[in-house]
Amino acid sequence: MPPPTKPAPVPTPETLPFWEGCAAGELRIQRCTSCGKHVFYPRPACPHCYSTDLEWVVSDGTATLHSYVISHRAGPGFAEEVPYVIAIVELPEGVRMMTNLVEVEADPEKLPLDMPLRVVFEPRGDVHLPLFAPAGSAA
Amino acid sequence: MSAKDDIVIIGAAETDQLGKLPHLSTLSLHLEGARNALADAGMTPADIDGIATVQSPGPVGIAHALGIEATWLDGTGVGGTSFLFHVRHAAGAIRAGLAETVLITHGESGRSRVDAPGWGRSPQSLNGQFEAPFGVFGPPTAFTLTALRFMHETGTTLEQLAEVAVAQRRWANKNPRALMQDLVTVDDVFASKMIAWPFTLLMCCLVTDGGGALVVTTREKAEARGYDKPLVHLLGAGEAADSPMVSQMPDLTSFGGFKRSSAAAFAEAGITHSDVDHLMIYDAFAHVPLYGLEDAGFVGRGEAGAFVAEGHTSPGGRLPLNTNGGGMSYTHTGMYGMFAIQEAVRQVRGEAAAQVEGVERSVVMGNGGMFMAGATLVLGKSPR
Repeated sequence: MPPPTKPAPVPTPETLPFWEGCAAGELRIQRCTSCGKHVFYPRPACPHCYSTDLEWVVSDGTATLHSYVISHRAGPGFAEEVPYVIAIVELPEGVRMMTNLVEVEADPEKLPLDMPLRVVFEPRGDVHLPLFAPAGSAA
Repeated sequence: MSAKDDIVIIGAAETDQLGKLPHLSTLSLHLEGARNALADAGMTPADIDGIATVQSPGPVGIAHALGIEATWLDGTGVGGTSFLFHVRHAAGAIRAGLAETVLITHGESGRSRVDAPGWGRSPQSLNGQFEAPFGVFGPPTAFTLTALRFMHETGTTLEQLAEVAVAQRRWANKNPRALMQDLVTVDDVFASKMIAWPFTLLMCCLVTDGGGALVVTTREKAEARGYDKPLVHLLGAGEAADSPMVSQMPDLTSFGGFKRSSAAAFAEAGITHSDVDHLMIYDAFAHVPLYGLEDAGFVGRGEAGAFVAEGHTSPGGRLPLNTNGGGMSYTHTGMYGMFAIQEAVRQVRGEAAAQVEGVERSVVMGNGGMFMAGATLVLGKSPR
């Protein structure tokens, strides 16, 4: 049996604009035109005010490190990455997403909470995944 | 409360053994728990008209296997806390006249995985798109993701996180049925295998096979049957949803499932924290009991770590917590909630291995999924 590959997302109609954005190098999230709040994960109605008037906006690609673990066990396809950082990051708009940290050592000393990050996109299957690197590291 | 509205647990039992049971399928574990609980209640399947359990085998499968023509079914499946939900739903149904006596079963071949459901999630699911691609490998790398934020905002230390495992092992040390009984120190916890920093192996729950079941009815029915064991009364219950994905919790440092369900359960029972003699908080990982203590208001914000480290939840402490040893030391099949209820029932009856003296009221708080859904039960020796 070949070694497992990393799981690749398959977009649904409501998430497709997000994944198309990633392929174009943009972090797109939804904004409710009725209450002004931002929404992630993509969905058809605003969870804050029930409006269906959501528009897609481009976030500036920055985030802060909200929380994380350093996995010492390999998820499917991650055998060569161990140990690796699984993180939850917060965008300036206040929404959060799960991701991996790259271009940084998986060492708690190097990973203070709230450290500034910037998005990088990694091809996976038919999509590009939003991963995050320290804001100061070389592009 | 009238005898016909007073809901009681009349039967409660686990499978004969817990641990590694490759000779028992998921269904067999359910049925062994069911037989033991029915025997405990002095009942046979003919006395049961309602069934509640998770998929699979689900309530139809359990009813059919036991030869019960059930006329009330509940298949609520919100993870390991589901059995607390079932107790609350059964109470409501019985009071509404929809059922008389409900059997709630759990069986899980979590370790041997005999007819265990698969892990697979569709790559189109929200999890498949927004969590699985990042190398999440089950609860040890996802459930744990909130802990650093919790520690950061509450001032909880790594040592205090380890103390949760140390405290629970003290209880397990008094329980011959606990899988892990040897006392451990904070250093032992730190020295155990690193799983997902900051979590080492001893801060994570066990993975076992086992099962258990409950029989729920009214005090009126129990008295009519001449039931001679101490009745365990349901004084209050609550349930609540949080987030289907851990990354989308509104607040990583507080679990709405604990917060809202405990508030509802305490209000229904008409109790305050000082009325609670014994507490069970679902401990899939060491941080979860700290959330429970704070979210239910047993301690103030940022006080849970010190509260545990100072021994207040350990044997002899003022708030005995997870007295079977918990999911980290007693057993954890995957959906541990059933075992938390079982221990609370034993404590209220006065028949636990590590019996706390004078337990009038016990509170059980369950977590389902990874901070996905929560429920709270208040159980008592006397009716409300």
